[in-house]
This record gives sequence, C-alpha cells and structure tokens, in this order.
Amino acid sequence: MIGARLPRKEDARLVRGLGRFADDTDRPGQLWMRVIRSTVAHGRVRSIDAPAAIAVFTAKDVPDLRIPVRLKVQGVDLSDFLQPVLATEVRYVGEPVAVVLADDPYAAEDAAEQVSVDIEELEPVVTATKAHAAADFSLGYGDVATAFETAAEIVELDFTIGRHSAVPLEPRGLLAVPDPVTGAVEIFGMTKVPVYNKAVLARMLEIDETLIHGRAMDAGGGFGVRGEFYPEDFLVPWLARKLRRPVKWIEDRAEHLVATNHSRQQRHRICAAFDETGRILGLRDDVMHDNGAYCRTHGIIVPELTLAMLPGPYRVPAYAGHITVALTNKTPCGTYRSPGRFEGTSAREQLLDVAADRLGIDRVELRRRNLLTAAELPHARAMSTLGTDVVLDTADYPGLLAKAVAEADRLGYRSEVDSARAGGRLAGLGVAMFLEKSGLGPQDTADVLVSGTGAVHVHTGGTSLGQGIETAMAQIAADELGVDPEIVHVVNGDTDLQPYGGGSWASRSTVVSGGAVQAAAAAVRERAIEIAARILAVTPDKLECGGGVIRVADSPGAEVSLAEVVRACQPTGDQLRPGEPAGLSARRRFEVEHMTYPYGVHIAVVEVDPGTAGVRVLRYLVAYEVGRAVNPTMVEGQLVGGVAQGVGGALLEEFTYDEAGQPQSVTFMDYRLPTAAEVPHVDVLVTEDAPAPGNPLGVRGAGEGGLSAAGGALAGAVRDALGLDDSVEVLPMTADRVRLLMERDK
Amino acid sequence: MTDMQLISLTVNGDEHTLAVESRRTLVDVLRHDLGYTGTHVGCEHGICGACTVLLDGQPVRACLIFGVQADGCEVRTVEGLADGDELSDLQQAFSRCHALQCGFCTPGFLMLAEAYLAEKDGRPADEAEVREVVAANLCRCTGYQGIVEAVCSVAADRAKASG
Repeated sequence: MIGARLPRKEDARLVRGLGRFADDTDRPGQLWMRVIRSTVAHGRVRSIDAPAAIAVFTAKDVPDLRIPVRLKVQGVDLSDFLQPVLATEVRYVGEPVAVVLADDPYAAEDAAEQVSVDIEELEPVVTATKAHAAADFSLGYGDVATAFETAAEIVELDFTIGRHSAVPLEPRGLLAVPDPVTGAVEIFGMTKVPVYNKAVLARMLEIDETLIHGRAMDAGGGFGVRGEFYPEDFLVPWLARKLRRPVKWIEDRAEHLVATNHSRQQRHRICAAFDETGRILGLRDDVMHDNGAYCRTHGIIVPELTLAMLPGPYRVPAYAGHITVALTNKTPCGTYRSPGRFEGTSAREQLLDVAADRLGIDRVELRRRNLLTAAELPHARAMSTLGTDVVLDTADYPGLLAKAVAEADRLGYRSEVDSARAGGRLAGLGVAMFLEKSGLGPQDTADVLVSGTGAVHVHTGGTSLGQGIETAMAQIAADELGVDPEIVHVVNGDTDLQPYGGGSWASRSTVVSGGAVQAAAAAVRERAIEIAARILAVTPDKLECGGGVIRVADSPGAEVSLAEVVRACQPTGDQLRPGEPAGLSARRRFEVEHMTYPYGVHIAVVEVDPGTAGVRVLRYLVAYEVGRAVNPTMVEGQLVGGVAQGVGGALLEEFTYDEAGQPQSVTFMDYRLPTAAEVPHVDVLVTEDAPAPGNPLGVRGAGEGGLSAAGGALAGAVRDALGLDDSVEVLPMTADRVRLLMERDK
Repeated sequence: MTDMQLISLTVNGDEHTLAVESRRTLVDVLRHDLGYTGTHVGCEHGICGACTVLLDGQPVRACLIFGVQADGCEVRTVEGLADGDELSDLQQAFSRCHALQCGFCTPGFLMLAEAYLAEKDGRPADEAEVREVVAANLCRCTGYQGIVEAVCSVAADRAKASG
C-alpha cells in the first residue's frame, strides 16, 4: 500500500459537496460574532459607542490577555510584543477592537456598522528599520572575516522579497458550543495545532484542558496561516461560555486579507566570497525582517529559519547570518509555506547566478562545484532551528541536480529558449536548488483500533488541511496490518479521540504522525496475532497477517478474520485472559531525533513581453527527493500546487501599504492570486534515492518543496531573459518592476 | 426583517418556496436556508468562484446574485451531480486526476466545468481553451494541472461517446 497511487479517501465526500468545513455546521440558538477592526494603522482608542440594543464587547469587557508565542526562538523574550485579544492601542489596520453579536450574520454586520469607534491617530511606522527592532540575532559558524579577506571574488546583492500570505480559499471560521452543565466547550474549525491551541485556550479561560473538545473538520487549505491562535480563537469560545449559547464567527475575505498572518517581507544584504575556482569560502547575510505589528504565535521563527537554512545544500565553510526583526504598523506575520526558505533561497540563488557570470562559470557548474557531496554527509552545521540542531542527513545533491538538468534538456527546455530567442523573443531559463526541512519532532502519537466489523480506525494528532493526510495515514496503517485501505477510517485532529499530537505544519505529518501510525498498527498486528494464535491453537510465529485475516502459513483454510479476533478479545470474548485489557487497539508514540532534509531543483523557462513587461512562465520542472513516497500522486500534487504559489510569490502577489499604513491589497482585485492562465503545466521528477535515515518509513515531507526555489528559479529566468548583469533585486517581479529592470540595463 | 419576499426555486429538481430578505444572497439562501452547504463562500466579491452554481443552466457566482433574483429559476448545485451513490463522470475524473486537495474550491470548479462541457455538447475541447475557462475560478492547492486534465479527459470521453 505504501507507494501506491491510491485515489484519496477524502475525494468521495469532497466532490459531492459533503465535506464539512467551518461554516457548514450550525447549532440551534447560535449567535453570530462580527469583529470590529481598526481602520487606522496606529492610534489610541478614545471611545467605542453603540446603541443600547447592540451587544458589543470591547477591551474593557474581556480579560486583559495576550496571545502567547508557540515557537520559542534562541531564548529571545518577546513578551512585550504580544497581541491582545482586543486592543486599546491599535497597531495595524484590521486589528480587533470590539465584537458584536446578533442572531444572524446580516444583523451582526448591521450592528457592527452602528458602533462608532473613536481613535486618536498616532504616527504610523510603515518601513522596517533597526529602530523598531523586537529582536535582533545572529546564527553562523567559521571564520568569515578570513574567508572574505582571502577571496578572489566577492559578490554582494541587495535583494527584497515582498509581503505575501497563504490566502487559503476557505476563510477562517469557528463555532463554539458550550455545555452549561460541565463548563465544557466544543469547538468546530480548530485545525492545524488543535492540541496545542486547546492548552492555550484552557489557560486563557482558566479551565481544565479536558473541558475543551476540538472537533475535526475539513479545512479549505492552510499553508501555515490557518489554525494558529488568533484573537478570535479566544473571543468565540469565551463569549460562548459567558453567554451560554453557541457562538459562530466566519471571516470574510476582506477581513482575511488584513487579519490573518502575512509573511515573507524581508530585505537581504547578502554577500559571498569565492576562490578563483568558484568555490564558496564564506557567506554573509544581513537581513531586515518586517514582522508587522506584533509577534504572533510564530514569534520570530521565520527569521530563525531564514538564517538557519540559508547555506542550503552547499558547502559553506564560514557563515555569518544576522537578522533584525522590526515591528511596523502592518498586519502581523507568521509562517507561509516554506517559511524562511522561499526568502533565503531566492536571495542565495540569485547571488549564485550573478556570481557565476562574474566568475565566468556556467550557473549549473558553479552550483555543482559547491554542493555537498554524498561522502560529506551527514553534515552538522553549528546552528539550531526549531529547537533542534541542523544536521543534514543522507542526500545526493549533485546527483539530483544532474538528473534535473538532463530531464529539462530531454523535455526541450533549452531548445525552447533558443528558438524563442532566434525568433526575437525575450526568453530565459533559470535554475535554482534548495534544501528543505521536514519531519519536525520531537514526537507524535497515534491510536489504531479495530472495531467489531474488522474496520480499522486511526486517530492521529496530525490535522488535515487538505493535503491528503487521511489517505497517507490509511495507507501506512493498511500496509502494516495487511488490510484494504478502504476499511481504514482516519480521524485527524479530534482532541477527544487523540489528546496528544503536534498537528500538521512544517511538513511533519507523514514523517512523524506516519511513524506513530505505523508503530501503533504494528502493535495491533502483534496483539491480533497473539489472540489468533489462541483461537487457532498454534504458536504466534506460525501466523501471518494479510487480506484482513490472520492465517497459518502454508495451511490453507486455517485462518481467522480480524473481526473474529476483535470479538474474541471483547470483555465477553472467550480468549481474553484475566487482567488483560479488552479490545484490539494500541496507542504508540513516535519520536525523531532531528528533522529530515528533503531537497530539490527548480528549472523555469519564461518569456518577457517587451510591450507590457509581463512575465509568462512557459515551462517549469521540479525535481525533488522525497526519500520514499507514501502516495506518489499526492507528492506530485503537493509539488505542483507549491509551484502555483511560487509563481504567485515571484510574479504577482504582494500586500502593499500607503504611507499612512493603509493596506492597498484588500480584495482579490489587488492581491492577485495566480489563475490557470498564469500557472504553467509543471513537469515533476520525484526521486527516492535517499531514504530518510531518521524514520523507519524513510519518508521526507513533501509539503513545501514546490515553492521553496520558485522565487530563485523565476528570478534566474527573468534575469536570463533580460540579459541582466546584476540581480532582479525585488520579488514579486510585477510588470512595473520588470519595466524598471529593462530600462536599468539599457 | 422588514423586507421579506416569497420566492420559489427548484434546486437539483426539488422545489422550494421560502421567504427571504431581498438583500440575502443566493449562496446564503442555498447554504443556510436550504442546507446545500456544498456550495462554498470564498470571497464574496465574485473573483474566486467557489460559490459557482448553475442558474437555468448558466454558471453564476451565487455570492453576487440575490436569492430573489433566482425566483422561478432552476438551480443546480454540486449535490445534484451524482446519481445516488454513482459519481458523475466529471466527479470521477476530478478524483482520478488529483484535481482537488482541500476540496473547498472543488464544487465551484465542478459546476463551472459542467456548464462548459454542456456548452461543448460532445464536441472535443483543447487544453488551451479549458485553461481559459478554468481561469475563471481560483484554486490555491492544486496548481490547476489536475483540474485542466480532468476537464479535458471528460471532454474527450464525451466527444468519443457522442461519436
């Protein structure tokens, strides 16, 4: 089952419209919450007034609480920069200052319009500078000063990455249903890290965490932003418990674009020292990170990942990364798919392109020379990120680069560029290599149990954000138990069924939850064989598991079904011995020592329209080492989907602000997601040449690799198309910026 | 509220008569008044297409239409595509071609594609045209590749079937 291209278990309900998304559940008597948000970027709330008939709650009505950071980084204390649940001093347009409640969402919007908020405006900060630093830190190793002193060639770039966000198609939403008798609260729409968020909410509500029941739902995409703890995640359950009525809140798109985490915005001053043969001697990067108004749940993890992952798959003997995390009066930031890596990879790969030209070495050859070889791995870098040391595991970076280039040649990428150029068109090819990280531990827990019909039930702490985790977990359990994946029922992210578990983020679920599912399924198999041995009156070593039965090897007909085994070990069953727990189930925990590091290559062919300066992506290839693919179709799907977001980030998407801090990207007319017209067909080459050594399945996560090098590859292709000497300087490469590049190099 | 209208509409063959506010959008009527929650709300300004339904056979953004405008109309939603347990050819193709991940935009794409295929009426479609049609809606997960492939594959099958 592992490795099979099975259709997804999720599809049957989703193509029928029978998925259960946040807004699809209602409860009798529910109230609808509407958030009143600041319309100014910085100011002090003087007063909030509403007609007496309107139920309005402001900062003075709710507990004075701030949302804690989920991911601590390098011991930095961020407690001065945490977001309150409702503000008295507002720091960005879109910040919640009050909420209203009504019986119906239209009435709630009407009510919100009758609330007048008077804010004394203060001077906004819209540009990140060292003066507004919330944190400032360095990562690195080696003697960088000497590397630069002895260099034959030094290449330096100033490279800026715009402000993007995940923008999942389903807006956020929550329904909280209180139980007035026990004080418990049931929450629908709590995805990504429900177990962690349950604990945070319990502390904020000052109740025992077992009173919070997070119910698994379908989620319309996550990509980092959905399911973190936002002000609404406190307000909805707090109001439900206070008012003893179900409370529902569904974000609208206008809210989403100013309220949900942004990401990415960084300026890199990156510099590398090379010897005369093009070998990297040292790398330096000084980064300014615009984190928006507060440090939200991700704290400063994106800056940390930016620095820790910047050397990528290359041999970098000395490295000095420094980052300033500046606060500005814009929407606060969190992670967005491939956090830190999209940014760092874009800057580093553009640097290598410029360096290759200066050194007179082919771009691919320069990369090949600097890639760590298989013999040099594992490779420990004297840095840590996400609380774990950076130890690059087994890989064949030069091998994958060679395969990718050969595949692109086979598919005619170079000849397409050549023929376009021969026809007078501005075409170019870009190559970028990246290192990803996945399988963040330290651990995950899964339960596997078999019910009376022989059906297998898997409960994991991973969550399903649309990536197909339900199917992947079913394949892993089915493989271990020798059953048809059809009869495996997976529930992810229900905090009652699975009170432990790290959630789905950082491309960790298949690796870590998958490891736990495999271990729990193996324990169930072992127990099933033990019971079957009693029924069949043979020793367990004579038995094998497969096709939903346990049979005596080489003895046709001597078998029992899993269902019979389950019945035999019920409390009323005839095989349960005194003192033994009833039923056929197991809970197992799986731990990893370090993350595992997938890697890949992106190759892009673009054409620039000389009239409009618009960039069209003609060809796109992703080569990716996944260790082992549980479901190759889903791995490819993740990669192709990632490329679309990469095309968006490289060419189209950007949150801009005016000088007063007013967001200018507040609809889908001005925050431009790529459509089918902008995203090319993507060629995918998935390799399984380097199984991950840190988990028994050998898998590496596949969630982010389609995106990581898209900025780098597309920047390289545009640079090539325009014949630039220097870098493209800024992402996204919108038409007006490409126009400037064309004029710059005239 | 004050401004209520009595409307009748047929959804997937079932007739409904109900009182709605004039300002109530068709998507809210479908989802919240009639329980057809398969039609989704992604942007409420007519860009994303997650709320696409067929109104008298034409694909429309149900977030940009008022329920009262659908008075007397035939509406088809994603719930009407399958014949009992039997998925339509298009639904099967979406699963086969991995044309969905989170599935939130899927109903809108299915209805958009259904209208396009009906318009083709068994004539073959080319990929460039399918891409152009599919570009009407937004998907954030799939990169559109599987969606284009699914629609092309059904167009080809229907063309073959119609001879």
